[in-house]
Amino acid sequence: MSDHKVQSSALAEENPSVVARPPVEEMRELKRLRWQDFVFSPRYGGFIALLAAVLIAPLFLDGLYEFDLAILVFINASVAITLNLLVGYAGQISLGHAAFFGLGGYGTAILATRHDWPALAALLAGVLLVAAVAFLIARPILRLKGHYLAMATLGLGMIIYLVITTETGLTGGPDGMSVAPMEIFGYMVFDELVWYWITGILLLLIYLLAVNVIESPVGRALRAVHGSEIAAINSGVNVTHYKTLIFVVSAMVAALMGGLFAFYSGFITPTSSDFMHSIEFVVMVVLGGMASVVGAVVGAVLLTLLPQFLAAMADYKWLTYGLILMLVMIFMPKGLVPTLHGWIRRWIP
Amino acid sequence: MSILRIESLTKVFGGLRAIDDLSFTIEPGSVHSVIGPNGAGKTTLFNLITGVYTPTSGRVLIEEQDVSALPTHSRAALGMSRTFQNLQICMNMSAIENVMLGRHLHLDGRFLPSLFRLPRIVRGDREARERCAELMEYVGLGRYINAEASGMPYGALKRLEIARSLAAEPKLLLLDEPAAGLNASETADLDEVIHKLGQAGVTVVLVEHDMKLVMNISEHIVVLNYGKKLAEGTAAEIRRNPDVIAAYLGAA
Repeated sequence: MSDHKVQSSALAEENPSVVARPPVEEMRELKRLRWQDFVFSPRYGGFIALLAAVLIAPLFLDGLYEFDLAILVFINASVAITLNLLVGYAGQISLGHAAFFGLGGYGTAILATRHDWPALAALLAGVLLVAAVAFLIARPILRLKGHYLAMATLGLGMIIYLVITTETGLTGGPDGMSVAPMEIFGYMVFDELVWYWITGILLLLIYLLAVNVIESPVGRALRAVHGSEIAAINSGVNVTHYKTLIFVVSAMVAALMGGLFAFYSGFITPTSSDFMHSIEFVVMVVLGGMASVVGAVVGAVLLTLLPQFLAAMADYKWLTYGLILMLVMIFMPKGLVPTLHGWIRRWIP
Repeated sequence: MSILRIESLTKVFGGLRAIDDLSFTIEPGSVHSVIGPNGAGKTTLFNLITGVYTPTSGRVLIEEQDVSALPTHSRAALGMSRTFQNLQICMNMSAIENVMLGRHLHLDGRFLPSLFRLPRIVRGDREARERCAELMEYVGLGRYINAEASGMPYGALKRLEIARSLAAEPKLLLLDEPAAGLNASETADLDEVIHKLGQAGVTVVLVEHDMKLVMNISEHIVVLNYGKKLAEGTAAEIRRNPDVIAAYLGAA
């Protein structure tokens, strides 16, 4: 014990502010959990809030249009959560994620519509197709860092977009293609409310699984890849493996959501895979808060609903939209949720 | 059986022979040091041992197993761990999570068990957290157990790296200039930590400029100069060696 005392006093000389804070003995122990830790944890507070929102919202939603928006929010939030694992946690940017969304959508649509595959089999095939594509390009592409990785994923997205637009015989070209309705075990899914529950439950599931990954050795390895790749490698983390893993997983979820989106809207166009759509996914993550699951959901809600609320402003719609995004990023550079969380935590430590 | 053997290791950068036909052996237990003037090739040697660089020729053997072709993370799995001259801390993580990263190889790092949060993931993480808190106490970071890494002073981060390395329970611990940038009292604390490690049976290899620290705690010293081995022996032998004196003080 005595040598700790010596060391503590040495540190105190160097940094008196550390000592001014809570008594040392209290800090020594691993923190015991208090009510705040449950309320503000993504696993408990965050999940319960999301669950309540999904359960209660149908009582207030009125008409097809509002249900349509809710379903879009769920689809976007599911993509944003998994993209956040790649971008926010592992620190690997992807500016081509909509391509996986589009590829999954078209893969599913073509198999189900042109080849009469059962809906679930078509969805699965779409996801596996994207998994294979993502896996093949992951190794060469994830060797790149920073701007180079951004450029490479951007290029990848554009290639896939071009293929979808130009392979007219297969995809219907720029006009898009109509998609047969989703039939599961003989039941045709048409009703908006059914779609609401399908996408809502999937979102809850993806949210929970994402939190599981984050709070595990895998999640720690991913964050370490972001924080210091050298530290990760020297701790025995196979960095290439984890980067590839999370790249493929996030692409698979985007593909699944793309497939569901195609079934739900009954129509799919190349814009689902274009550059603007990729940027939208990334902005959801950055605006809501990097490395925050709740942030990804909030970002998806805002980016899906904001253009609708601003529609009344007609000509000024996109101007206001851009201004809001700029202001949030200037005053809350960490993103909405982490910044707000920080503010609240100043009052409730 | 030696824990680390370097066999006629050579690394050439352009025309520069940073490490030139170097051979030595580290026996298990106690504290060893690699010293030498600036640019002698000490950090290059560490990078060759850990696999950051591939040697131009020669071999690195851990417990008589040739690891020259293995990537860094696989060498870590053989029981090798290191700290860095320039800090390598994950500033996006809390202090204790940085230490827990060091336990990666002792935990289940597969995707599916983590995805479904199997009981062994929860148990493993809880045990790792407790153990890492003890390790932070051990290196004198008890007060930072609940701190964020980004809020810690430099000297504490240096020791956090040591705690992270220890979390891996390495057979061989490589410390790259652990005293660089520390003040006198911090260096004295570090001296004690390294001494404790040596006594606990960890084989420590130290690259260090601080002569007092090196002479105090190492039982075996290798002196490098221009990538070559200039001398090897106990602290007392090295202190008397005329070649070493010449290299450090300039030839008479």
